[in-house]
Amino acid sequence: MSTVPDSQTIGSSVRNHRLGDWLFFNLTRAFAAMTLLLLAGIVVSLIVSSRESIHKFGLGFLWSSDWNPPMDQFGALIPIYGTLSTSFIALIIAVPVSFGIALFLSELSPVWLRRPLGIAIELLAAVPSIVYGMWGLMVFAPIFAKYAQPLLSGTLGQLPFVGTLFSGPPLGIGILSAGIILAIMIIPFIASVMRDVFEVTPAMLKESAYGVGCTTWEVVWNIVLPYTRVGVIGGIMLGLGRALGETMAVTFIIGNSNFLSSMSLYAPGNSITSTLANEFGEATPGIYTASLIELGLILFFITLIVLVFSKLLLLNLSKQEGVKT
Amino acid sequence: MGMRMGMGMGMGMTRLKRRELTNKVALTLSMAAMAFGLFWLAWILFTTLQLGLSGLSFNLFTKMTPPPGSAEGGLANAIVGSLYMVALATLLGAPIGILAGIYLAEYGQRTWLGATTRFINSILLSAPSIVIGLFVYAVYVARMGNFSAFSGVIALALIVIPVVLSTTENMLLLVPNSLREAAFALGAPKRVVIMQITLRAAKAGVITGILLAVARIAGETAPLLFTALSNQFWSLDLDKPMANLPVTIFKFAMSPFKDWQELAWAGVLLITLGVLGLNIASRIFFRTRHKL
Repeated sequence: MSTVPDSQTIGSSVRNHRLGDWLFFNLTRAFAAMTLLLLAGIVVSLIVSSRESIHKFGLGFLWSSDWNPPMDQFGALIPIYGTLSTSFIALIIAVPVSFGIALFLSELSPVWLRRPLGIAIELLAAVPSIVYGMWGLMVFAPIFAKYAQPLLSGTLGQLPFVGTLFSGPPLGIGILSAGIILAIMIIPFIASVMRDVFEVTPAMLKESAYGVGCTTWEVVWNIVLPYTRVGVIGGIMLGLGRALGETMAVTFIIGNSNFLSSMSLYAPGNSITSTLANEFGEATPGIYTASLIELGLILFFITLIVLVFSKLLLLNLSKQEGVKT
Repeated sequence: MGMRMGMGMGMGMTRLKRRELTNKVALTLSMAAMAFGLFWLAWILFTTLQLGLSGLSFNLFTKMTPPPGSAEGGLANAIVGSLYMVALATLLGAPIGILAGIYLAEYGQRTWLGATTRFINSILLSAPSIVIGLFVYAVYVARMGNFSAFSGVIALALIVIPVVLSTTENMLLLVPNSLREAAFALGAPKRVVIMQITLRAAKAGVITGILLAVARIAGETAPLLFTALSNQFWSLDLDKPMANLPVTIFKFAMSPFKDWQELAWAGVLLITLGVLGLNIASRIFFRTRHKL
């Protein structure tokens, strides 16, 4: 700089730029760090706000089925059961359907149809959950109770062991219905991840298989699926994370009962999210509110584990991709 | 080997047929799965249109939400409240998301902070929104002592941030490095390069991200239940509960009154059209404007 004649002015403008750059850099870094701290903030604030119920009930909160606000007795078993069972039903339905959709979109569909059909499935994910809830309660539940539930009772309900799951009065609402609605909601998430990972399978691998005479199904089942296994599991986990935390649709249709009368999936129940949505507004401050917040904390931990697992799998996949290309 | 050859010769046709049959069954099931997915979308849209259109009237946009026991009313306060809160949440959340996204793409590509933030953000993107509502309740509502529209705005903004952050980062990474190098060679400082070259080149993508974030929060109900609550009356006071479409729909749909349920369907139609419209609009916008 000193060799330039008017170094004074250049020097000060460089300094100004340095200062401006330094400020801008730190501003963006601060917001990035803020996002990072948000997750820690959520965990800490939920633990602090639920300390009253953590103290009082201890670990027993997790397996006590007693949810009795007037007596100040709270246990999370029924909501945890509701959350896990509805999400599990959702996965059983959504995984094969999503696989079929991904297979159709990546291998079967004519090229000109791929985009519009892909968008249509993604729109299914954009429909707000309250719409699913209201539709589920007012339209789906009555039809489900009238036609599907008697049919299921008459067929699956007659089998030994699994029969009890499909017994009882057909109410339309309940754990099974909530699981089905959740399945519809998570299909687009799983299907679009599956389609995306199917498309990273190298064309040469597939063409080699076709070349030795494999059918489309054999190529997908024996070549594409093993190759993309990690990503497929990541996508399923992502859908599971969605199902676990879904609130409004479940609240509308699960039936909101804090008692578990039978093992039947027709029975109304409660999930963590529906308990929160229904009771938080009326809860008195103190142990009731603290217990509800502890429920939220449990939900957050479960979804966190599922999502971390999912993201790690998908992250590994994109790293591999980086190495190969 | 010889035996396999023999079996292959003898049963060749049947085996081939079986493979072809498996293939046909599988592909038919795949088409059925596709139809299954489209079937629900069509059914939900059809019901929403059918039941929502009958509730659509001029009153919907001019009258307030009806008090208990009364049938006459609209959704004016809820519509305005929703628009107001969504707009404020976007104004609050989008700049934070864009700046943090700039850090990830332009400064923190290989740093510890960048990698960790990217990972945590992808988790926040799928975290249950009801937990965000609980968080804002715990740190803001409980401390202030009352439900308020502003707490709802914070909750919605926290949902906007991860969406905008990840699209901004991805879009900035698509900008070719030669553009940055050319600007640096002219002596432009880094912040000017970012704001005037790379961010401008990625503008269409970033705007798409913001539109998608708006679509995401427009229908969010769960985080508002513990924060903004709802309000039967007209209010634009950020310190008080504010009427909004999702919570109003929830209350009305669960009510036994037929008129309220009709209003709820009309509200559902408005939200669905808005959200799907935004989704489609953002895709079209991105496709016509994004020419990288």
